[in-house]
Amino acid sequence: MTAHTITIDGQQVPFIEGQTIIEAATAAGVYIPHLCHNPEFTPHGSCKLCTVKVNGRNCSACTFPAVDGQEVLNDTEELNETRRAITQMLFVEGNHFCPSCEKSGNCQLQAVGYFLNMLDAHFPFFYPSREVDASHPEVMLDRDRCILCELCVRASRDVDGKNVFALSGRGIHTHLIVNSTSGKLADTEISVDDKAVHVCPVGAILVKRTGFEVPIGQRIYDHQDISEVSLAMEESVAGESHGG
Amino acid sequence: MADKIKVATTSLAGCFGCHMSFLDIDERILDLAQIAEFDRSPLTDIKQCSDHVDIGLVEGGLCNSENVHTLREFRKSCKILVAVGACAINGGLPAMRNHIPLEECLEESYLDAVGVENPQIPNDVELPLLLNKVHPIHEVVKVDYFLPGCPPSADVFWKFLTDLASGREPSLPYELVHYD
Ligand code: SF4
Ligand code: SF4
Ligand code: FES
Repeated sequence: MTAHTITIDGQQVPFIEGQTIIEAATAAGVYIPHLCHNPEFTPHGSCKLCTVKVNGRNCSACTFPAVDGQEVLNDTEELNETRRAITQMLFVEGNHFCPSCEKSGNCQLQAVGYFLNMLDAHFPFFYPSREVDASHPEVMLDRDRCILCELCVRASRDVDGKNVFALSGRGIHTHLIVNSTSGKLADTEISVDDKAVHVCPVGAILVKRTGFEVPIGQRIYDHQDISEVSLAMEESVAGESHGG
Repeated sequence: MADKIKVATTSLAGCFGCHMSFLDIDERILDLAQIAEFDRSPLTDIKQCSDHVDIGLVEGGLCNSENVHTLREFRKSCKILVAVGACAINGGLPAMRNHIPLEECLEESYLDAVGVENPQIPNDVELPLLLNKVHPIHEVVKVDYFLPGCPPSADVFWKFLTDLASGREPSLPYELVHYD
C-alpha cells in the first residue's frame, strides 16, 4: 500500500484515498475550525470557517479532497483573521444574546468565537425578525440563533428518515423551514430522541425543560477550548470517509 | 509624582452590573488608586468628563438620545474608549426589544400591562427620546477596546487596566473571554 501524505503547516499528515482535508487533519489530531462540518454527515460546505490555503488557494477543508503532496496552511494569522470575520458575520446576521441562551457554554459558535479570541462583532448588527416555533411539546426551534448549517436537515433526512427540516430562500433571505402543512414542528413526526434534535451546533434546536441544567463551570467549553473538545469527540469518527 | 491615569466610566442602557463587577476587584482598588483617579463616573458623581481623560469605560448600549449624547462626550474626551460588557458590544438584553415596534413596547409597558394604574405613555419634555432600536456603541463612535461578558469578571477589568498601565497591548486569555 502506498502511503499518501499532505502537509498541514509543515507537518506530515497521512490520508486515505477519498478523505477530505479536514478528515485527514482530524484523524491526525490537527484541529481545523469548523461549524457546518460534522464527521458523521456528508459535507455541506456553507459556513467557510474551515477555510485553509491549499497550494496557495483558499479552499473549504471540509469539502476539498486530500491529494498527495498538497501543502495546506491552517493555523496562520491571516486565516484566523478571516475566520474571525466570518464568525463575526454569523453573530451579526442572527440574534445571539448569549447571556439569555440555554446553549451558552455548550455552543460551538460561541466556542469558536472564544477560540479565535473574538471580542466584538465588528460589523453593524442586523437584528432580524425571525420566527420562534414553540408549538411542539418537547422540542423548541428558535430561529434567531440558526446559522443555516443544515445539520438538522441532513440528520432528519439521512438518519431519522423524517425530512422535518429544509432551507428555503436564497442569499440573505435563506431561512430554516419545517416540512409540515402548518409549517410548525408540532405537526411533524419529530421526536425528542431524533438525531436532528441533538445535532444543532448552536441554541436553535433545544429540548424543552432541560435548559441551564448544567451549571456554569461544568459546561463543555468552560475549561477546554473547542479544538480540544472537537478532536476528542471527532477523531474516532474521522476514520470513515464521507468526502467527495 | 507622575500624573495619575484619569479614568471615566458611565452606564448607558445597562444595568450597572458591569460597574458592580468592576468593584469586585476588591482590595486591588487600592493599588489602582495609586496610579489612577476617577473622573466622570457614577462612583464620583462627577457629571462631565474633563477635557483630557485617558480611559473611558462605557457600559450599556444606546436606547435613547441621551445615551448617544453621553457616548459622544466620552469619545471626545477619552483617549482610549472601551466598550464594557455585552450590552455595549451587541446591545444585550435591552436589544431584545429590537424586533418589536417601539409603539408596541410602550403600549405593553404603560397601557396594557397587568397592574398598571393610571395608564399613560410618559411624554414629559425632560425625558430623553427613545431610539427605534437599541444599538451597540461601535455603531456610533470608534471603539478602541472591547471587554466581553455579562458582566466581564473583575479579573477582566484588572487584566485590561494593568496591561494598559504597564504599557502592554491589552489582551485577554481564553479563560477570561466569555459572552455570558
Ligand atoms: S446560540 Fe450560541 S452564540 Fe448564539 S446566543 Fe446561544 S450561546 Fe450565544
Ligand atoms: S437549526 Fe441548528 S442544525 Fe439546523 S440549520 Fe439551524 S443551526 Fe444548523
Ligand atoms: S466547516 Fe467547512 S464550510 Fe463549514
